[in-house]
Amino acid sequence: MSAHRLLTGGLIDRGKPLSFTFDGRRHSGFAGDTLASALLADGVSLMGRSFKYHRPRGVMTAGSAEPNALVTVGGGTRREPNLRATMVELHETLTAVSQNRWPSLATDFGALNDRLSALLSAGFYYKTFMWPSAFWEKLYEPLIRRAAGLGRATLKRDPDAYEKAWAFCDLLVIGAGPAGLMAALTAGRAGLRVILADEDFRLGGWLLSETRLIDGRPAHDFAAILVEELAALPNVTLLPRSTVFGWYDDNVFGAVERVQKHLPIPSDKQPVERIWRIVAKRALMATGAEERPLVFGGNDRPGVMMAGAALTYAARYGVAVGKRVAVVTASDSGRQTAAALARRGVEVVALIDARTASAQASPMPEGARTLTGAHVVDTLGRLSVEGLVTVRAGFEERLDCDAVAMAGGWNPRVHLACQHGAKPVWSDVHQAFLPPDVGPDFQAAGAAAGLSTLAEALGDGVRKATAVVADLGRSAPTVPLPEIDAEEAASGAAASPVWLMPGARSKAFVDFQNDVHAGDLALALREGFGHAEHAKRYTTNAMATDQGKLSGVNASGLLAAMKGLSPAEVGITTYRPFYTPVSFGALAGTARDEEAVPHRLSPLDGWAKAQGAMFVEAGLWHRPAYFPRPGEKDWRASVDREVRTVRAAVGLCDVSTLGKIELFGPDAAEFLNRLYCNPMLRLPVGKARYGLMLREDGMVFDDGTVSRLGHQHYLITTTTAMAAKVMSHLEHAAQVLWPALQVRFASVSEQWAQMSLAGPKARQVLQAVVEDDLSAEAVPPLAAQAVTLRGGLRGRLFRISFSGELAYELAVPAGHGRAVAEAIMAAGRAHGICPYGLEALNVLRIEKGHVTHAELDGRTTPDDVGLGHMLARQKPDFIGKRLSERYGLTAADRGQLVGLVPVDRQRMIRAGAHLLREGAKPSTLNDQGHVTSACYSPTLGHPIALALLKSGRERLGERVLVWDRLHKEEFLAEVVSPVFVDPDNRKIEPKEPA
Amino acid sequence: MASLISCPHCGPRPKEEFAVRGDATLLRPAPEASDEAWHAYVYLRANPRGVHVEHWQHVGGCRRFLVVERNTLTHDVLSVADAAEVAQGGAA
Repeated sequence: MSAHRLLTGGLIDRGKPLSFTFDGRRHSGFAGDTLASALLADGVSLMGRSFKYHRPRGVMTAGSAEPNALVTVGGGTRREPNLRATMVELHETLTAVSQNRWPSLATDFGALNDRLSALLSAGFYYKTFMWPSAFWEKLYEPLIRRAAGLGRATLKRDPDAYEKAWAFCDLLVIGAGPAGLMAALTAGRAGLRVILADEDFRLGGWLLSETRLIDGRPAHDFAAILVEELAALPNVTLLPRSTVFGWYDDNVFGAVERVQKHLPIPSDKQPVERIWRIVAKRALMATGAEERPLVFGGNDRPGVMMAGAALTYAARYGVAVGKRVAVVTASDSGRQTAAALARRGVEVVALIDARTASAQASPMPEGARTLTGAHVVDTLGRLSVEGLVTVRAGFEERLDCDAVAMAGGWNPRVHLACQHGAKPVWSDVHQAFLPPDVGPDFQAAGAAAGLSTLAEALGDGVRKATAVVADLGRSAPTVPLPEIDAEEAASGAAASPVWLMPGARSKAFVDFQNDVHAGDLALALREGFGHAEHAKRYTTNAMATDQGKLSGVNASGLLAAMKGLSPAEVGITTYRPFYTPVSFGALAGTARDEEAVPHRLSPLDGWAKAQGAMFVEAGLWHRPAYFPRPGEKDWRASVDREVRTVRAAVGLCDVSTLGKIELFGPDAAEFLNRLYCNPMLRLPVGKARYGLMLREDGMVFDDGTVSRLGHQHYLITTTTAMAAKVMSHLEHAAQVLWPALQVRFASVSEQWAQMSLAGPKARQVLQAVVEDDLSAEAVPPLAAQAVTLRGGLRGRLFRISFSGELAYELAVPAGHGRAVAEAIMAAGRAHGICPYGLEALNVLRIEKGHVTHAELDGRTTPDDVGLGHMLARQKPDFIGKRLSERYGLTAADRGQLVGLVPVDRQRMIRAGAHLLREGAKPSTLNDQGHVTSACYSPTLGHPIALALLKSGRERLGERVLVWDRLHKEEFLAEVVSPVFVDPDNRKIEPKEPA
Repeated sequence: MASLISCPHCGPRPKEEFAVRGDATLLRPAPEASDEAWHAYVYLRANPRGVHVEHWQHVGGCRRFLVVERNTLTHDVLSVADAAEVAQGGAA
């Protein structure tokens, strides 16, 4: 336990101690700590186990690139797995547990994999678990997943709220480090609308880790002064705790703001996370640079970490990562970090520099040995590092240390700029991949652009923002650059990176989270997977939750070195959103439950509920399916009773969900005439007509009624399911096909409550509610007219029948629907009225041979469903006319609508069953058609069905085989007319009063 | 597809508010036109790499059909116009 809290220093509030637990043990930290810094301060270096070999791992970074320290935070409904301890802001009562270990972090049986690692090389899964192929999904994959796992998500309902928001700005600055802060200040002072987003909870970026003075004060104070000024500017929005994760078309950026993730108990007045979509005229990628790990034997031992992270822990959190720190480097940056660590009171015992000639060596802290031209070949220790084995000029030496800081150079964080397909550009000068030029709207600044010194970064922020200000037509203020104490010399040409320290005695890891070591990449190359994208998939390098933030460039460099090429020729794998993981909750936003799938309720919903309806979901609609009564043992009993009541007396059904479109204009008639395949021009005022709309390919699109309410005033209805599509179809016709026609229309589906009153007693019941004369002379079949209800309410009445009975559809303004339905029920009580639902409606229409979308399934013509007579070929044009004349659509052997009655009157026919010739072998090769709708007919006392049968109308009386392979059924049925009940339509207008 | 479409009636709006209908350069043939013309109109579609002219309906806004000229490769939206105005102006 060698990591410890320093006595002084750090941007933590030592007056605010916080207690928390890790794997059940109580720890304490301070306000301003992350979980990782607090654990280190308490001497915890072991924070996780690796994915494949279960090797013990410690924290490697102090930021979002962390591959190892993945923890599960919180419990119960708020348990959240796979969080990076480096990004978890400490709060009182925080509970965290480690992952991928059993029974404990220190004693993990899964570590057996490490001993077996010779068998578990790259591609092991592909090679081993290939046969038999059926085993992969059911056996191998679940086993592998259990053995190599991340944390487990809770299956409980998330109690928290999430939301999405749009934001607009002139300049989005991504990253609030030296370049970002100066850029935001420059643009902010010029009056631009600026958004400054940073993933950290404290703004300042590297300035929070910087140990030198800026303008004579600590760098973090300098940052705080800039942040204070920015916060005061009304045109600047600061978004801390906000990760810009994606760059999308039109310079729209996606960001996730962790609004309340740092609070012990989030307020229900705010979302816990918010997704921002930021529309930015210009954006600056001031995302800094990621330090490059060094690849040497045993480089994954807990206690080995990035040098910059070690400095951040010291400077920002007041934590020494060890008592005897060794710094391993191949660049000047390692030397500078070693010096900075010493300035912060961390004892640096050795500097191991792989370079032989380091002329411009920074002065080393007292007591620190410098080994130049030396390589690390192994680390010592088990659960934490206890020493290094180095080799210099052939001589081996053991070095005692309890922490190792690696400084392999810096990789600009270029990800966002590469999300549109542009590739990072290798620079020999920088020995790094730099961001590609993606145009003036999105530029890199500071370390992200490859600049290596603080002064350059500060200056670049001002310079890039000044250009944006000028570009947007404003004049930029002069922003003076601060004085930096003991500025480092600009490094100029970077030293060649050391991609692999030679002579590794144990695994030299490249990807820490996915356990990919240098040998795996060599194997991939040997086996023909040497392309950067192939090697990635073969070895899983850069495929873990950290997406290769530490490993991607090293893998590219290693492959290049092995091939004898430049990294420029090897390239790097593709960067895609998201930069860091985004929770499903944030992505869903408010779209869950009824916000995702709203319940559409009819204006008669309350009435139906009061009537005891059982509901069924039909699209978004919740519609009454049937209305059970006491003593009815199943739904069929209720439906049969409802059907019988309608046939014998009267029933009331809610049909408000039908689409309703009202049309006006001198050309409304012509417009409708072109939309429907049957004639509409001479529909008289006050009349309704059944209409069929075709698609342009000649198939039926939708059916409904057309009512002419006035000379230039029509109302059409659509089926419930197609209401929105028909509306769009009309809009297309009016705006694109025939914009010269003078017609205007609007959806009035929601404005009217509509109910169907059907049955022999319908007229008597309705007359009790409606003032107007309802006699057959006044309101004949297919009448469509305005009526006045008793009490003065105005409504619309349509003499339309779907059931085949004497029937009316009454429409009243939606708000009056329930009262009118209740009045009708009261008036009908003496006549034995009952409410009926969707199920009974369906039985009634099947008995009558009326079609729905079960028959009009997009593959049927009007003639197929027995409505060929409706096609008005004399019309010059209508949608679908021309292609409905094709041979294929008029051939005699098409499926035609017929009725079916089972020969054994007890057999229920199921929709979807195939029809075959009697005696034919059951096979789809012998298919003659299929059952579209089926039900039990209470009117006839046996099952019936509608079907599409080849040349069906010529085959009445024939027996066909009904074959349902799914239900293993085969039985005979007789082909009959599809109109089972009242084929002469006598019931529509009974001769004698009922 | 671009993130934003500039509706001539509603201004720049997120693409999620729009529904694509397809190639806007196809003109509905006269009823007596050839079988080939009708076949092409109903069934044949190009899938161009580069500039494409399509109908998009602003279903979550003004509900107007728009003629959107866009580049399928770069995702740039090059122009947006009201479809009825385009049709009546004689230009496609």
